[in-house]
Amino acid sequence: MKFIDEFRDKELAKGILKNIEKTSKRPVQLMEVCGTHTVSIFRYGIRGLLPEQVKLLSGPGCPVCVTPNQDIDLAIALSRQKDMIIVTFGDMMRVPGSTSSLQKEKAEGRDIRIIYSSLEALTIAREHPDKRVVFFAIGFETTSPTIAVAILRTKEEEIKNLFFLNSQKRIPPALYALLQSKKLNVDGFILPGHVSAILGTRPYQFIAKEFDKPAVITGFEPLDILQGIWMLIKQIEENRAVIDIQYGRIVHENGNPLAMQKIEEVFVHDHAQWRGLGSIPDSGYRFRESFKTLDAGHFDIEVEPPREHPECLCGEVLQGIKTPLECRLFRVVCHPENPIGPCMVSIEGTCHTYFKFY
Amino acid sequence: MREDKILLAHGSGGKLSHDLIEQLFLPKLSNPFLQPLDDSARITNQNGPIAFTTDSYVVSPLFFPGGDIGKLAVCGTVNDLSMIGAIPAFLSLSLIIEEGFPISDIQRIVSSILESAEEAKVQIVTGDTKVVEHGAADGLFINTSGIGWVRSGTHLSGMNAKPGDRILLSGFIGDHELTILSRREGFKFQGDLKSDCAPLNDLVERMLHVSPNIRCMRDPTRGGLATTLNEIASKSNVGIMVEEEKIPVRESARGICELLGLDPLYLANEGKLIAICPPEEADRLLEVMRNHPLGTDSAIIGRVTEEHPKKVALHTLIGGHRILDMLTGSQYPRIC
Repeated sequence: MKFIDEFRDKELAKGILKNIEKTSKRPVQLMEVCGTHTVSIFRYGIRGLLPEQVKLLSGPGCPVCVTPNQDIDLAIALSRQKDMIIVTFGDMMRVPGSTSSLQKEKAEGRDIRIIYSSLEALTIAREHPDKRVVFFAIGFETTSPTIAVAILRTKEEEIKNLFFLNSQKRIPPALYALLQSKKLNVDGFILPGHVSAILGTRPYQFIAKEFDKPAVITGFEPLDILQGIWMLIKQIEENRAVIDIQYGRIVHENGNPLAMQKIEEVFVHDHAQWRGLGSIPDSGYRFRESFKTLDAGHFDIEVEPPREHPECLCGEVLQGIKTPLECRLFRVVCHPENPIGPCMVSIEGTCHTYFKFY
Repeated sequence: MREDKILLAHGSGGKLSHDLIEQLFLPKLSNPFLQPLDDSARITNQNGPIAFTTDSYVVSPLFFPGGDIGKLAVCGTVNDLSMIGAIPAFLSLSLIIEEGFPISDIQRIVSSILESAEEAKVQIVTGDTKVVEHGAADGLFINTSGIGWVRSGTHLSGMNAKPGDRILLSGFIGDHELTILSRREGFKFQGDLKSDCAPLNDLVERMLHVSPNIRCMRDPTRGGLATTLNEIASKSNVGIMVEEEKIPVRESARGICELLGLDPLYLANEGKLIAICPPEEADRLLEVMRNHPLGTDSAIIGRVTEEHPKKVALHTLIGGHRILDMLTGSQYPRIC
């Protein structure tokens, strides 16, 4: 397949691996922030191809996994309201909240639907004028512009029955919090390609300037990842720390200003609750005054107090402090058929990836 | 028939039931075994072991590019018989129909059952029709059971794989499940995809003719290639090593998988088989498979190993390795 096969070429991979071996002098730990990277790394067996001293750690970049219980519980409570349709992205269906999941609620007869694009929410709202439709909106910077556009359109088209339960997150503040906590032993970051296509390099500059760590914005094909790793190791060996771009065919230094502007039009930055990481300043969004009527977070309903399984290590796994193999629940009671924590649900969740490929 | 929709009375056992059978099923499916319409069919006994299997079909949508529930119901059961080396002979056909179902759709489905049965050289010898009230079923469900004659001297089983054996696959994987999925979810990127649904008995016959030592055959339906290989590795207590670059996946199927984040190795097929044979027979077997219309894209995709017993490993495109586990969690319901 054009533009894909070129990035999965065995001979080229061998060449880059040789370069990595030649360049790498000391043991390093690199964090792939994004779940899509984690999947690709396992899927192509990249860990096993790297020299012994180059270790990869999985980070918090799975939007489903970092959605806190209280948001899921709120979505569940909303779904139980009369004449209500909940729409959301596929993986959210199976994520366990405190005592239920959207999938279980659907089996109970609630109207919960999966959408593949943010604008589908508008279509569903138009088709059901007699019902309230709530879009349980999750995602990072890659998805947020599309959600912002859906909100702008809802207002323009005066759709009165569509609301948004906002659980979106911003990646750079989470990385800031991780670095600040000092629990993490990481020598460099493999930064997400598609989030960065929106953000560019500027929001990440603190990684190099304040924490003196190198980072490379990297694509998702195996050759992209290998090259990103090589670029990181080169920086480390040369004692440099800058935000570099490997994924130049998609990511521009300035990102996508139009997409960022759409987010700005609808939202202002606000603290947000992350599963496992707690509340992080500026890591989420709240509605601007003029869009507040569309916020489903203001509905007056009762939500159960959030509860988590005491032994679930998703929090530590998301921070890169522990691996799923250290969790007592992993494979024993927690597996894709019966996920205890969100990292086992999402196809990009670290636990799910370990379960499938390890 | 005067009615154009199935009524509850069509399942009553009375006049309308008879009309349904006499006017709709018999004209197309009739044969000397079915014709007496007794409570059971009398079939001629053969010497030697008999293969017997059953399967239910609940696919949604009922009609899809490359087939429909009727074709699927014949091919699925024919293929199950074929995989143990049996010659499919007789099928039963049971329909559970939802009240209000269009008679014209039943006619279409019966025609396709007939066509597939003729292609597979099997006869429908007994059957049943039930009608349930509106809402109690989704249109139409079909069950078929099948009887086949096991060829003397063959003992195909998932328990037979031995280290050194080669693994052959009869063509592109993933087409069936992706077709059903794109139809159902209303994706606008169908492309040239259609279900691979087909009866494999003729292909199997030719394969067994040149390579009587084939150890095992399986059709990778639900759970896909990865799950079927895991079952074989586990039953035979051997390891399996598969070369990712050798696995045939159609360009359009790869494209959809890339877009949706699906892995073709876990997608259901309805007209493909995996065969495991001794290494010295592999090339000849491959040639025969490639010369058959249902096997033109066959490939040797891997081998059986002594290492990592009960596990399937994949040698990835870029030279890495990973474990290929069974399908966990449901991919998508009602694909067959």
